[in-house]
Amino acid sequence: MAQLWNRFRAVVFGVLGVAAVVATWDVYKAFGPEQGVLVGDTRVLPRTTDLAMPHSWEMLQRFGEPVTGLPDAPDAIRAVFDASMFSLGLAARGWLIGVVVGMLLALLMSRLRIVESALLPWVILSQTVPLIAIAPLVRRWGSEIQIGSYVWSSEDSVAVIAAYLAFFPVAVGALRGLKSPDKTHLDLMRAYGVGWWRSLITLRLPSSVPYLLPALRLAAASAVIGAVVAEVSIGLKGGLGRMVIDYAVAASGDPAKPWAPIFGAVAVGLAAAGAIGLLGLALRPFRLTGVSTQ
Amino acid sequence: MTEPAISVTGVDRVFGKGRKQVVALTDVDLTVADGEFVALIGPSGCGKSTLLRLVADLDTATSGEIKVFGKGARQARLDQDYGIAFQQAGLLPWRTVAGNIELPLKIHGAAPALRKARVAELLELVGLTDFAKNHPDQLSGGMQQRVAIARALAESPRLLLMDEPFGALDEITRERMQNELVRICAETGAAVLFVTHSIPEAVFLSDRVVVMSPRPGRITGIVDVRADGLADHHDRTERARDQEGFFRAVAEVRALLHGGASTSSAGVEPAGVGVEER
Ligand SMILES: Nc1ncnc2c1ncn2[C@@H]1O[C@H](COP(=O)(O)OP(=O)(O)OP(=O)(O)O)[C@@H](O)[C@H]1O
Ligand SMILES: [Mg+2]
Repeated sequence: MAQLWNRFRAVVFGVLGVAAVVATWDVYKAFGPEQGVLVGDTRVLPRTTDLAMPHSWEMLQRFGEPVTGLPDAPDAIRAVFDASMFSLGLAARGWLIGVVVGMLLALLMSRLRIVESALLPWVILSQTVPLIAIAPLVRRWGSEIQIGSYVWSSEDSVAVIAAYLAFFPVAVGALRGLKSPDKTHLDLMRAYGVGWWRSLITLRLPSSVPYLLPALRLAAASAVIGAVVAEVSIGLKGGLGRMVIDYAVAASGDPAKPWAPIFGAVAVGLAAAGAIGLLGLALRPFRLTGVSTQ
Repeated sequence: MTEPAISVTGVDRVFGKGRKQVVALTDVDLTVADGEFVALIGPSGCGKSTLLRLVADLDTATSGEIKVFGKGARQARLDQDYGIAFQQAGLLPWRTVAGNIELPLKIHGAAPALRKARVAELLELVGLTDFAKNHPDQLSGGMQQRVAIARALAESPRLLLMDEPFGALDEITRERMQNELVRICAETGAAVLFVTHSIPEAVFLSDRVVVMSPRPGRITGIVDVRADGLADHHDRTERARDQEGFFRAVAEVRALLHGGASTSSAGVEPAGVGVEER
C-alpha cells in the first residue's frame, strides 16, 4: 500500500516538475522583456521573441504538421520518431560494445595489478581526447577493415564512437566493484579453495552490481550523446544528429521546428534510462550488497 | 593415538622488511588434539589472528612447520579439513540464510538433495529454521553469527577455526551462543581453535587456554582447564560458570596475561599442572 502510494507520488512529482518547467517558459515569455535580461553587455536571460522562444504549445503542435512544404512530406512526429529510433539503435550498439570492452578491461585490471597500473592511466586519458578529433580517425581506420564480404559502414563508425564514450564509466565502475568484496569474503573463498574464475562468479561479480548499475546508466547517457554527436561528425544521415543541424536551418521561418529533434533526443535519453532501470530491477537481489552485514 | 588436529612447530611470522618489519609471531609451538577445544587469548596485536590464519593457510609462515591432521596446511585447506568463522559473519548479502549455509556444499559440488537435507539439519542445529528464506540484513548480529557458524559446520569438518566469532555480540547473546557452541561441539566432536579477548569465555569453552603476549607474539603459558576440575568441554554445562574451578582457571589465565614473565614463579606450569599442587 505504502509502496503504491510512493510510486504514485513519484509520478505526480514528475508531472509537476515538467509542468513547472513549461509554466516558467511560457510565463517568462509572456512577461519577460522583449530584449531579454542584460547584465552589462551579457545577456543572462534570452529574448522573448517568437523566434527565440516559441510557445510551448507551438512546439507541441509542430509535431503534428508536415516536416516541409513538399506534398509528400511526412508529419514531423513521424520523422522525429524514425530518427530517434535510428539514433537509439546506434546508441544501443555503442553501449553494448562499450559495456563488453569496459567489463573486459575491468576484469583484466582486477586480475593483475600490473595491468591496472599500466592500463588505468590510458583509460582515463582516453576521455580527454575530444570526440571531434577521433571521429575522422575512426572513419579512416574503419575504412581499412574488410572481413570477407563485410564492409565497414558509417553506422559502424558512429557505434564505435558511442562505445568510446560508454566504455569508460563501465571500466572504472566495474573495477571498483570487482575490488569491493571485503577481506572476510575473500578469505572465505580462499578457505574454500576456489580459483579466480569461481570466486569471480560467486563473489566478485555479484558484489560489483551496486557499482555497476550507476556505471551502466552513465554509459547509456554517454552512448546517446556519443551517437548523436558522432552522426554529425561522421556526416551520417537518418539520425537525430543530422536532424538537429538540418532543422536548425529552418529556425528563422519556422521557430518551433528545431525543437522537435531536441525533444526526440530527450525521449531517446529517457528510453535508455528506462532500459537500465529494467536491468536494475532484474539485478535487484544483488543490490543488497551495499548493506553492511555484521 | 590419532593424528593431532593441529600441530604447529617453531613457527615465525614476520611482516614487512627492513625498518618497518613487524615480528607477529616467534617460535610458536602448539598442538591441538583431535576433538580438543583450545582457546587463544592475549592482548590486541599479539598475533592470535595471524596464528589462526597460518593454520587456515590464508597466510604463510616465514619459518616453521604447520600440520593439520598430519598434512600440510595447504593440503588441508584444499581438502576442506576445517571450517572457519570470523569476527565478521561475512555472509553474502544477496543469498538467503539457507543459500549462505549451502554455499560451501554448492561450491564443492554436493548433490542438490544432499545439500537440502544438510541445510535443514544445520538450520535446526543453530535454531534458525524459521529464517531459512530471509536475507542476512533481516537478521540480528547474533543470528548472523549463528548462520556463519552453521556455514562453517556445513561440511562436517573435524576442525573448526574461529576468530573472535562472538566479539561483536552483547553479553547476553554471547553467553547463549557460548552454550550453543558447547552443545554443537559435543554433537559434532570437532576440534576447535578459538580466538577470543574474553577470559571467562576462554575458560568456559575450552579444554586448554593458550595465553599469548605481544612484541614479539609468542605463547607465554597454557592453562589446562580440565586440571582445575572443570569437565571436558564436551559435557560442560552452564553450571560450570559458577564452579570454583572456573574462577581458579580465570585467575590463572589473568595472572598469565598480566605478568607473562612471572609465569613459573606463580606456580603455573604451561601444562597447568602446578595448580593441583597448591
Ligand atoms: N598483513 C599484515 N601486514 C603487516 N602487518 C600485519 C599484517 N597482519 C598482521 N600484522 C601485524 O601483526 C601483528 C599481529 O596481528 P594480529 O592481527 O594477528 O593480532 P591479533 O592478536 O589478532 O589482534 P586483535 O586481538 O586485535 O585481533 C600486529 O602487530 C599487526 O600489525
Ligand atoms: Mg585478530
